[in-house]
This record gives sequence, structure tokens and C-alpha cells, in this order.
Amino acid sequence: MGIVEAILLSVITAATPLVLAAAGELVAERSGVLNLGVEGMMIMGAVCAFAATQLSGSPYIGVLAGVAAGALSSLLFGFLTLTLVANQVATGLALTLLGLGVSGMLGESFLGMQGIKLQPIAIPVLSQIPFLGPLLFRQDAIFYLSMAIVAGIHWFLFRTRSGLKLRAVGDSHGSAHALGVDVIRTRYMAVLFGGACAGLAGAQLSLVYTPQWVENMSAGRGWIALALVVFASWRPWRVVAGGYLFGAVSISQLHAQAFGIGIPSQFLSSLPYVATIVVLILISHNRRMTLINTPASLGKPFVPDR
Amino acid sequence: MRIELEKRAKVSALFSILSPFIAFALTIVFGGIMFALLGKNPVAALYSFFVEPLSEVWSLHELAIKAAPLILIGVGLSVCFRSNNWNIGAEGQFIMGAIAGSILPVVFYDWQSPLVLPLMLVLGMIGGALFAAIPAFLKAHMNTNEILTSLMLVYVAQLFLDWLVRGPWRNPQGMNFPETRTFGADAILPEMIASGRTHWGFAFAIIAALAVWFMMRYTLRGFEITVLGQSERAGRFAGFSSRKMIWFSMLFSGALAGLAGISEVSGAIQQLRPVISPGYGFTAIIVAFLGRLNPLGIIAAGLVLALTYLGGEAAQLSIGVSDKVTRVFQGLLLFFVLSCDTLIHYRIRLVRERFAALKADEAH
Repeated sequence: MGIVEAILLSVITAATPLVLAAAGELVAERSGVLNLGVEGMMIMGAVCAFAATQLSGSPYIGVLAGVAAGALSSLLFGFLTLTLVANQVATGLALTLLGLGVSGMLGESFLGMQGIKLQPIAIPVLSQIPFLGPLLFRQDAIFYLSMAIVAGIHWFLFRTRSGLKLRAVGDSHGSAHALGVDVIRTRYMAVLFGGACAGLAGAQLSLVYTPQWVENMSAGRGWIALALVVFASWRPWRVVAGGYLFGAVSISQLHAQAFGIGIPSQFLSSLPYVATIVVLILISHNRRMTLINTPASLGKPFVPDR
Repeated sequence: MRIELEKRAKVSALFSILSPFIAFALTIVFGGIMFALLGKNPVAALYSFFVEPLSEVWSLHELAIKAAPLILIGVGLSVCFRSNNWNIGAEGQFIMGAIAGSILPVVFYDWQSPLVLPLMLVLGMIGGALFAAIPAFLKAHMNTNEILTSLMLVYVAQLFLDWLVRGPWRNPQGMNFPETRTFGADAILPEMIASGRTHWGFAFAIIAALAVWFMMRYTLRGFEITVLGQSERAGRFAGFSSRKMIWFSMLFSGALAGLAGISEVSGAIQQLRPVISPGYGFTAIIVAFLGRLNPLGIIAAGLVLALTYLGGEAAQLSIGVSDKVTRVFQGLLLFFVLSCDTLIHYRIRLVRERFAALKADEAH
């Protein structure tokens, strides 16, 4: 395997959790819910996936546990913001803080343990294609899932009636309610899906990216995923483009550190965060474009009148 | 069974006061359940978590030391949150304030003068405010979401501090430990009371809280903050500029976070290390909400959250639970605060689906 292939492979591995978490959040935001708890749901997914893998011996059980943990965390967020109409920004922060705390406690007995890696699955025939084969068709199940999920979201949002309803809820919850769409139920579903995706992203971190448990191992990826949704102007395939761009940035800074070029490692490590800010500026400085793309009811609470 | 909300005709004064207490009580109940699940006696655990740290003079001083940054930052954040500006990067502004204030005792360590300390405090505020100016500028002039930018800058600040103390600012006589020189006598924030370690940072916190309370209650600026926060449109009609408010609230909260940072470093740690905060900037968000964004409430809330830090340490020593419990308690507390705040604006009803329909029919 050549050096180019190796680098591209590591970019894909670094990008997959970002793509997954951002894709899930995109659906929630399309329904009008701003869940800032992605980081918390992700880290809960990571710790539960690692723990379940250790206890059961199977990383696939781990993946399921990660998804379940993310979904359950998001349900907590949904209950507060949708049923009790609590402030979405504050509740999202609460979810992140709680997730970081709970994961630290749950994971304490797993610190330093040798992890079990989710093994790649080679797809017959396709994996034999030179260059592309090993890159795209000799990957782990979570990578395949991430692509399927993005394609599925695109199809759902823009090709199905339910997707249209979900977008309607996000753009004008009052009108959607008047037309008989159950706004709260739609939003619960979207939030739950977002949580499951964030949990899956977390599972990828502790089962594929670095198969071990380290406290705070999500390291701000949940927040970067939130920025990616803005970057993608709420369009599923652009999330993939953005995710891979960020994956490339974080991998290139790792390689730059390894080669020991004259820049201090801390400056290189801050590159993904600075890049996020730069990208946000580029994408949102045009006020009108931002206004057109943003779901109009994003972050606004809805109480059905009876 | 379903939960229904019914909007109250006016804000419930009772629950405005009661809701933080209900939230705290619920946190304790849940904490007890959690300790029981961990196989500890919940009563003994809660006692060592919430009561033991209050039983000795030295630990009361520790409480004040930890409450000082929480109150300072929380008060600043309350101005931001009330005006609908979501600065969640106070942790970064805390760090940059600490760094800016430490320029004098670390770089110009030879200079000894009574002016050193006041200059350090001013530099700390400037450092915090300048770092908050980045998300402020980006929001006010580039239309960029301040939540994400201010948070991203926390990581940048942490890495910058790490570089400083391992690189250019490392103590040349420090056996290669990643720390700066210890501060000289002129650069140390003195203790406030003879009986223990509480430094003047606590007094700054109380003064800041009282000043903001006065501002919110009696000045036009306070009114402007409230109006713009509740309705930007209404604020514009009143001639208030939301762009200026972004600048004001972000710089103000950044300066207070910076002051908290330099006070902590100069009063409690007395040098710079790779990590100088156990997450004060994030915990202060909880403090602001538990205090219901009211400066006087924030003083009380700051003390409560300082107690969770001490309780975590105490519980680790006396009953052997992890000090990670602290973070869990803090997260739980914010969750309960936010859910209890619903009671202020809404009546909550549990409705049995079919039953309710039948009743409605009978009524007709």
C-alpha cells in the first residue's frame, strides 16, 4: 500500500464520525430543532460502545450500544425542549456537560484497556479494483453505514412525503401544525435520529479511530459537526464534502507533527478548530444566503394550542 | 398518559423563586439514587458530598476560592444570555486573561513595584475582553454564529497556554516541568481574611455581582439588555442597536472571565501550568442559569456549584467514589434547572388521552 493510499485511508477514518454526527444533526435541524448536545451524545456513544464491546467481546454489540446510548441521550434533550419547551441552546449545553460527566464516570474502569477494533469487511469483486478498492470497499461497517445514511437522508428529505413534512415543520411549525402534521412527534423522531447518528459516530471513535477509551476523546468533534451542518447549508451531500475536508485538515496536521516541521505541535493541533472558524466566516458572512438556507423555525419552541 | 402545557396568564412569582430550589432537591434525590446504584450508602455519600465540606473553616475558604471565578464568570454570562448573545467560550477567555495578566510576573519578573498587581488585573481583563472580541466581531460584522466560534476558541486558548508553559515561558530553573516561574510577592493577590486562603478574587466577584445587579435594575443599559434580549425588533424601535449590544455583552463577559482567570492564577495557583481551570468557564454557565440570570441569585448559585467541586474531592476521599461524580452532579443540576423553569411560564398537566376526550364531550 502506497503512502497516498495510507493517508487517504486515515482521512476517511477521521472524517466518518464527523459525517455521521453532522448528518444526524442535519435532520434534527431540518425539523427546526437545534441540538447543541452532539458532543455529549457522541461521547456517550463512545463510552457505551467501548464498554459493551469489552463486556460482550463483540464490537457489533458495541456499535448497537453506542447507537442506543446516543438515542437515549437525545430523548432526554427531546423531553426537555419539546415536551417542556426548555431553551434549546441551554439544554443542548446541559446535554454536553452531562454527557462528558457521565461518560467520564462510566468509563473510569475501562481506562487503559486494550480495545477490540471493528474489523473491515471486504466487498467481493469491488475491493479488487486497484486503488479505489482498498480505499472504499475494504472498510468497516460504520463507514458503509455512514454513506448509506447520507444517501438515505437525501432520499428521505427530498423524495418522500414524510421528508417534505419534516422540512415543513422546520420551516414553519405553525403552518405545518395547521395542516395537521404532528409537529412534536416529527421533531421527536428527528432528534432521536440525530442522537442515534451521534452515538454511532461515538462508537466509531472508540472502536475504529482509536480502539480504546480515553476521557473526552471526542475532543470537540461534536461541535465541529455542528459547524459542518452550517457549512453544508443543511444539504446532506455537502456534509460529506465538509466532513472529508475537515478529516483532511486534522490528518494533515498529524502528519505535519510527525514530520517535525518547525511549527510547535500545539499550533498544528489547533488547526481544525481555527479551520472551523474560518469556514464558518466564509459560509455565513453573506447574510441573505444564510437566511435562505437556514430552516426558518430553527431553535424556536413550539407549543400546540388546544 | 401525556404531558400538556398550559400557558400561565402571567409569570408565576412563586415558581420564579422556587424553581432553583426544586431543581436542587431533585438533583440531590437523583444523586442519592446514583450513589445507591454505585453500591454506596446514599445518606452517608450525600452527607460527605454536600455537608462535610461545610463543617471546617479551611474548607469554607476553599469554597470561597472556588466560588470566586464561578460567580465572576457567571455574572458576566448573565448579561450575555439576557441579551441573547450566547458566549459559551468563557473558559477560553478565562485562560487568555490569566495569560495576559501573567506577562508581568513571568516575562518582567525583575520588576518589583506595588503597581504590578493592579496592572496584572487590568491586563487580565483586557486579555479576556480581547479574546471575546473575536466572536463579538464575527457575530456583529460577519454574521457568524457566536456559539460555535466562542467554543472553538476555547480549544485554541488551551493549546496556546500549553505551548507557552512548555515552550517560551517555561521556568528555566524548573527542572523541565511544564510550569512558569512562581510569581513574586508583588504579583500575588493577597488573602482577604486572616483565618485562611480566601483571596481578594472573592471580593471582586461580590462587587461585580452587586454592580451588575444595580446596572440591570436601575440603569438604561440594563433595560436595553433586557429589551434587546427579549425582542430585537422592539429594541430597534426603541433605538437600541443590537450590534452594539453584541460588542458590549461579549466584551463585558470576556473582561470578567479574564479577571477571574488572573485572580485564580495570582491568588490561588501563583504560576501558570498547562491546566489552570477545572472547567470553571463551563460550570459558570450552570451557575448563571441556576441563579436565574439574576446577579444576586448567581452569588448563591456560585457557592452551590463550588460545593460540588469540594464535595467531589471529599466523597473521593471518604467513601471512595470517583471525583467524576462532580461533573455528573453539575450536568444533572442544569437539566433540572431548565426543566423546572418551565413551571414559571406554564402549568403542567398530566392528561389521560381517552379520558380527556370523554370529559371534553361531557362538557359540551
